[in-house]
Amino acid sequence: MIDEIVEAIRRAETQLSEDTVEALKKAYEKETNEMAKTQLKAIIENFTIARKESLPICQDTGLQTFFIDMGYDFPYRAELKNAIVEAVRRATKEVPLRPNAVHPFLHKNSGDNTGRFVPYIHWELREGDDAIIHVIPKGGGSENMSGLYMLPPGVGIKGIKKTVIEHIFKSGGKPCPPTIIGVGIGGGADLALTLAKKAAILRPIGSRHEEEFVAKLEDELYEMANKLGIGPMGLGGDTTVLDVHVEYAHRHPATLPLGIVTQCWANRKRKVHIDANGRVEVI
Amino acid sequence: MEYHEKTPIMDARKYRVGDVIYITGEVVLARDEAHKKLLEEGAPLDLKGAVIYHCGPVVTKVNGEWKVIAAGPTTSIRMEIFEDKFIEKFHPAIIVGKGGMGEKTLKALKEHGAVYAAYTGGCGALAAERIKSVKEVHFLEELGIPEAVWVFNVEEFGPLVVTMDSHGNSIYDEVDKKARSNLDSLLKKIEGES
Repeated sequence: MIDEIVEAIRRAETQLSEDTVEALKKAYEKETNEMAKTQLKAIIENFTIARKESLPICQDTGLQTFFIDMGYDFPYRAELKNAIVEAVRRATKEVPLRPNAVHPFLHKNSGDNTGRFVPYIHWELREGDDAIIHVIPKGGGSENMSGLYMLPPGVGIKGIKKTVIEHIFKSGGKPCPPTIIGVGIGGGADLALTLAKKAAILRPIGSRHEEEFVAKLEDELYEMANKLGIGPMGLGGDTTVLDVHVEYAHRHPATLPLGIVTQCWANRKRKVHIDANGRVEVI
Repeated sequence: MEYHEKTPIMDARKYRVGDVIYITGEVVLARDEAHKKLLEEGAPLDLKGAVIYHCGPVVTKVNGEWKVIAAGPTTSIRMEIFEDKFIEKFHPAIIVGKGGMGEKTLKALKEHGAVYAAYTGGCGALAAERIKSVKEVHFLEELGIPEAVWVFNVEEFGPLVVTMDSHGNSIYDEVDKKARSNLDSLLKKIEGES
């Protein structure tokens, strides 16, 4: 399965995900600000060249991150972690990727994108005997524009909306907009941020939460964010976000955690599906 | 206005905020360490009328020749501590980067007739395609690949959007002012919801 994980990293890094390609092209058509149009046009040209030449979309090839959705009875679970680490080492040489794993105290770059707790692997278990590996390398500029707000529960839904919109305003052009905003509400601090990351990256652009109330909140936040006028790269325009996704968990009576994760337009993601017979497919 | 220019550029005062420039000729890369070094030791090449690019590229050697893999812009504000002195000392025409710069740089642009232009963030592949070859590299041993002073031969390198001109205009100030007023009305609207 190592070959397929390397291939999934290569595709994630060099071929922009289809939902993002569509959303950016649609944004270019709709955009009325001339300056914003030049930025969107450059972005479209860039991902077209990257795909054709098999080059990384962005020189920041991200922190190698994997979300695993695995059945209790998946027979290859013991091999998965080592396979991912090995695949990251190989992809670093073969794609190639920029070495992005630095020791926080010694400032030494490991050189192969591996180190303590990286590649970062997040595990989730469910019924079944297969596994899906979400390959989601994440850029540093957009990750810097993450936020955790422990709100007083009394502020309610209005407080949540205000905080999200203010957060997008404060981020300005720094996370390379147009961005995809993931919002996680409830749980504890860590769960709110995990939900936000899943909302930003794993959910397709344009998808809506299955609960009507949440779907309506996503629509409202999306429309308000694009009324800010920050625009692509913060140079002004109608396209500040490509979408806003919201996920939630039940909360403690005394807390209202709000996690916000920002994904840049270079929304890099692929999936590897492995069934119980060891058949591997890159999606 | 759209300009297709050859380097060196000696009349950068003609550019206005909103103009789009494409460069053919040479682009000189300099980020944090390079700014510091050139200010301390002087430049190993003539930078009058040059295009300075804030970029830490991915470059590899293929069969003894340098090949640029990806070369998108890095965040310019980190160079704010050097840029006014850099402009005063070397007189470049265009500073290229991402995210804009501060008051000190805006003032130096005005005094010395230079502009700051934004290159679209994340566009590493597009930039690499317009870079035709590596002309020379300085301080490679000392500073390493991402920090070295690379001189790239480029063709139609852009789009570079002028976001700070030599007449005191900055798009970043304008966008920030507008966005702040939009934010205020959105927050009021949320507050008024039932």
